[in-house]
Amino acid sequence: MAAYTQLFDTLGLRAWCDAGSTGGPMTMAQLMAKAKAQSGGAEEVAFWSRPFPSLDVLNESCNAIWRTRDLTAAVESLFMSMKDGLKLVLDPLTQPLSWALTGTLKGFAFLPWWLTMLLILLVVQRVTRSRGLTAFVGAAMLVLALINHFDAAIQTFAIILVCTVISVLLGLPIGILMSKNDRAQKVVLPVLDLLQTLPSFVYLIPLIFLFSVTEPKLYGIAIILYAIVPIIRLTDLGIRLVDPDVTEAADAFGMTRWQKLVKVELPLAMPNIMAGLNQTIMMSLAMVVIASLVSAPGLGVLVLRGINNLELGVGLVAGLGIVLLAIILDRVTKTALSRMNAGDQQ
Amino acid sequence: MNAPAPVKISVRNLYKIFGPRPEAALADVRKGMGKTELLENGKHVLGLSDINIDMRAGQITVIMGLSGSGKSTLVRHLNRLIEPTAGQILIDGTDVTGLSPEGLRRLRQDQMTMVFQKFALLPHRTVLENAALALEVKGVPLAERSAEAMKWLERVGLGKFADSHPHRLSGGMQQRVGIARALASNAPILLMDEAFSALDPLIRTDMQNLLLQLQTELHKTIIFISHDLDEALKLADHLVILKDGCVVQQGDPQSIVLHPRDPYIVDFVSDINRARVLRVRSVMTPGLSDDMPPETVDTETTLEALIALSDGDTHRAYTVLNKGQPAGRIDMRDVVRALVPKVG
Repeated sequence: MAAYTQLFDTLGLRAWCDAGSTGGPMTMAQLMAKAKAQSGGAEEVAFWSRPFPSLDVLNESCNAIWRTRDLTAAVESLFMSMKDGLKLVLDPLTQPLSWALTGTLKGFAFLPWWLTMLLILLVVQRVTRSRGLTAFVGAAMLVLALINHFDAAIQTFAIILVCTVISVLLGLPIGILMSKNDRAQKVVLPVLDLLQTLPSFVYLIPLIFLFSVTEPKLYGIAIILYAIVPIIRLTDLGIRLVDPDVTEAADAFGMTRWQKLVKVELPLAMPNIMAGLNQTIMMSLAMVVIASLVSAPGLGVLVLRGINNLELGVGLVAGLGIVLLAIILDRVTKTALSRMNAGDQQ
Repeated sequence: MNAPAPVKISVRNLYKIFGPRPEAALADVRKGMGKTELLENGKHVLGLSDINIDMRAGQITVIMGLSGSGKSTLVRHLNRLIEPTAGQILIDGTDVTGLSPEGLRRLRQDQMTMVFQKFALLPHRTVLENAALALEVKGVPLAERSAEAMKWLERVGLGKFADSHPHRLSGGMQQRVGIARALASNAPILLMDEAFSALDPLIRTDMQNLLLQLQTELHKTIIFISHDLDEALKLADHLVILKDGCVVQQGDPQSIVLHPRDPYIVDFVSDINRARVLRVRSVMTPGLSDDMPPETVDTETTLEALIALSDGDTHRAYTVLNKGQPAGRIDMRDVVRALVPKVG
């Protein structure tokens, strides 16, 4: 005798309940109840110890009511029915992302190690103008190479590079639009909040159904969705924080909206935008490690192997490699940012 | 006096009401509702009420009032940084309020330029690039606009700082850049919104002198906003006093000081140094007689200078010369009387 059978009987819904009998597979709770019934026999449930009338509990008394697993199955079938349509639109749209990722990964693999190192050092010196930092980056790369982690680190770096560039290309216009249009800001902000609060694993689930796990764009999209948020937020904020006196002056001198954006607003918002870029890079790095679950190459794969095979040393050393990469990316972008601020602002 | 200069900017029946439904509130204001009443009734703020001013070409029109009197709002109507609720602004006979966005941009690029209280320079650009901004917006080629900007920077004494960034300059120097930037645009109308209010008193005097000196050569139509009566009297050819969005009195600054028409203005002028403001022409007795004193003084001499000239001797008298021709006489006793308000 299930807990709420009597309720449905008194309400006169018995016929409806039995007509809609679904007879799906048993839930765990049903199995356990059955086992209990076999051993001890059914006992009347006391009034105060009745369970919460959840879908599963009610289903025991009335088969016409959905169980929770029916609900999740419905969500799944809804998603699967939309899948083909979505795929038709998203596949060609996102194909360039796959090409960019494969191309960049192959490009870095093709370069000899010493040339890669040299190029990176040149770029670091150019943007930071700090010999100490360049020396640190050089030493870090040598250490990584010595312990055979350099190729994996470069793969991780290549993915971050591609995803950051695309995040900026998409995020900057969205941020500008938000700063200019209060309604756009109202629409986009909740989406950004959602993207930021969704646990990073949850990004991967629908993507796995949409795309093949072997496609690079699968992890590319996951990383971009996660990392694009700060660049959008800080572009919006930066432009909104531009001194109204200065934008008024721009108007008073007869600037067009485009001139005002390019000559006044973007340059003055640049420190904030660069801070957003720094955050975008760091979040790409965080996500690229998780994305190794869906075939993203790089240091994350080594961490994953450490977890899967319980190889403590492998996982820890690869983890330290990621920390090293994070320090390099953070220090280099922050130094470049502060150099820019010192040059331009008070 | 000479024939008055032609009217460059004419403000006609200008109203500005801030709030959700300005048109409805406008009807109330026209029926005579005051500022406080309007605010209580419908959350509308009366910015400007029935403003009529003629600003003449080549003159400095100073709009003076305390904060909240609507003076900054008024000057922003001239280049339509703020849209009027009702009324007309005619510049050389063209109504600014009817201009298309493109026409408005033309006006702002070619006809008017502006100097701001907080300088509003672009911090990421050098002083030279800042000074060349107006020309850059107009699409003047780099070499040409740099040369022009450099000329004006040197004119305001900042040639040496062309390659610095604005934040390395003091406030006074930054405002000189602001003035060079405005003058480089070569527009005939110059709007100055409390341009010197953020500066130290000494620097402010310097800048006022610089402006007057530039004006003797350039003859721009200058609209100067100020909350400082001393500054207003020093610069103004035409003085407009605003209070709560209305014009309280306007006219020749000398006559406003001598004949204040409102208790508000009486309060205002009681604090100033009259000897420095009043000039001989406002106090003299016009007309010639047979016994003109031998010593002469020009109409534009301030009373302060005249007292210094007379060495404080109240028995002296002078013949007043207007452009070298005798025009009347002035007795030192009249001078002393004019220095004290409400006497004689």
